[in-house]
Amino acid sequence: MAALRPGSGALVRPLVRSSSSGGGGGRLARERGTERRDAASSPVSRFCPPRQSCHDWIGPPDKYSNLRPVLFHVPENESPLEQRLRELRQETQEWNQQFWANQNLTFNKEKEEFIYSRLQAKGLGLRTESGQRATLDAEEMADFYKEFLSKNFRKHMSYNRDWYKRNFAITFFMGKVALERMWNKLRQKQKKTSS
Amino acid sequence: MAASPHTLSSRLLTGSVGGCIWYLERRAIQGLPHRVAHLFRNVNNQWVMAQHLSFLKRMYVTQLHRGLSQQVKPKPEPSASPFLEHMSSGQARAEVDELPSFSVPSLPLSRKPDEELMELEAASIVERPLDMAKETKEEKQWKEMKLHADDLPSILARLSKIKLTALVVSTTSAGFALAPGPFDWPCFLLTSLGTGLASCAANSINQFFEVPFDSNMNRTKNRPLVRGQISPLLAVCFATCCAVPGVALLTWGVNPLTGALGIFNIFLYTCCYTPLKRISIANTWVGAVVGAIPPVMGWTAATGSLDAGALLLGGILYSWQFPHFNALSWGLREDYSRGGYCMMSVTHPALCRRVALRHCLALIALSTAAPVLDITTWAFPIISLPINLYISYLGFRFYVDADRRSSRKLFFCSLWHLPLLLLLMLTCKQRPDQEGDKGEAPS
Repeated sequence: MAALRPGSGALVRPLVRSSSSGGGGGRLARERGTERRDAASSPVSRFCPPRQSCHDWIGPPDKYSNLRPVLFHVPENESPLEQRLRELRQETQEWNQQFWANQNLTFNKEKEEFIYSRLQAKGLGLRTESGQRATLDAEEMADFYKEFLSKNFRKHMSYNRDWYKRNFAITFFMGKVALERMWNKLRQKQKKTSS
Repeated sequence: MAASPHTLSSRLLTGSVGGCIWYLERRAIQGLPHRVAHLFRNVNNQWVMAQHLSFLKRMYVTQLHRGLSQQVKPKPEPSASPFLEHMSSGQARAEVDELPSFSVPSLPLSRKPDEELMELEAASIVERPLDMAKETKEEKQWKEMKLHADDLPSILARLSKIKLTALVVSTTSAGFALAPGPFDWPCFLLTSLGTGLASCAANSINQFFEVPFDSNMNRTKNRPLVRGQISPLLAVCFATCCAVPGVALLTWGVNPLTGALGIFNIFLYTCCYTPLKRISIANTWVGAVVGAIPPVMGWTAATGSLDAGALLLGGILYSWQFPHFNALSWGLREDYSRGGYCMMSVTHPALCRRVALRHCLALIALSTAAPVLDITTWAFPIISLPINLYISYLGFRFYVDADRRSSRKLFFCSLWHLPLLLLLMLTCKQRPDQEGDKGEAPS
């Protein structure tokens, strides 16, 4: 393990690049068992929607944020309004992804620390006599859940406010875009009938 | 499941040098601490991005990940920790056991740079077929966000939480049927339809507000908006198309009081209960009122007035909500805490159980009050006593044991307890034209 510290510089990087992407591919059979070290390649970069598709594509839930990424389709004749909507959705997606990934990771990290400290305080090891993982009961975990909630209350409040604003804005713009498209279609039909 | 490193490495040595080195490198990376492995994943992520970016930019806008990489999995699992409560011991053991087993990484790192380049190329040749298998698996999980007409009914059914709506409509029907006076079929149908539409609207708006929170909870992660099967705009349009005719039907087809209660309930659920869930535990009491209003609406639809009988029926539903919801929320504490929901089960666990028990006992008291208010005969509190005692017993067990098992038992009991109680009420309904038969047993 000592040999692989980042200080090894150029030596480490090329090794890591090939191994981490190859490691994921070669581990298909063992994916279920060791998910912590699976492939790093983002599905967004690997997946490419078919050329003839003119819709957005939605992917599987992200490992950290549990949110599903969306690949937004850019139509040929995108209007400024449509562009604004797409950019807003894109930005909201990234913001959401960042928040939830951070939230979930922080939660899990703090939970581990809490369990570890409680077990230490009780004088217990990480395993019980039967060899099972030592866990805390629901009442003890409840202390952690309560603490986590109250600690993050302000953060959640500001997230809520922002989320509601963004959600309304996106839906409002979607409505405007839909109306714009309907209007354009009507105008085209009128032109055809008049010509 | 995990083969020993030695047997695998001997098999690979017969292949190319690159393959062997690839295997050793992989084993080395496995042993890295989480944070460091993270760093390496970012490097790889950006490298792949650079290759594909120019191609993708023309057709699609991609999401650049500056911080964390994405992981594709058929089912999202919590990020691995050695201390996860519910993790299978076998899985946990596998992770720990692999750590001490590697001692080989020192070997590839001592090579010279030009040899490494050769290894890189050889490694990448080996990687490709395995990568492609994984890629197609990933690709299959990507869905086009195109709405098909034949999918729409099932999507809308899930959006409007149709099963919950059906339960709400049945409580409204019970309220209507229990009200004194002749049973008016057209009025009954209009009330049921109006309430059903109002409930669909309220549920759709609730899901519209809660997309990122629903994504993070196991119970709700397969909802239509979370899965992108329907756009938020369509969800809002659907909600409006349900709310407007629903409330109009109740106001002009039935009576204004019922219409007012309907719109008030929609407002209470979407604008009070839903945001309050993340602010204070008071949301549970507001939610109980939301559940109590439908039978009151059924009563007011039949009688046109808000009298004691309506309030008693509302009271029964109000009290029922607590054992039902508190028991349900007991098993979801971790999800609630992580998602930022303020629920009694998380912040005040003892209160949660106390309130559930208290309201189970209240159900007995309210059932006894029913004949006093001339809604039912005296047979009702007697024949409903067994089921009320049973739910109180389960409530007591939940209060004392405070574990998942007792909470589940209480929750599932509440699911059949309510319909049965309402049915018993109906069979024991006080009929004013049969005054001589007041003390008779129900048919």
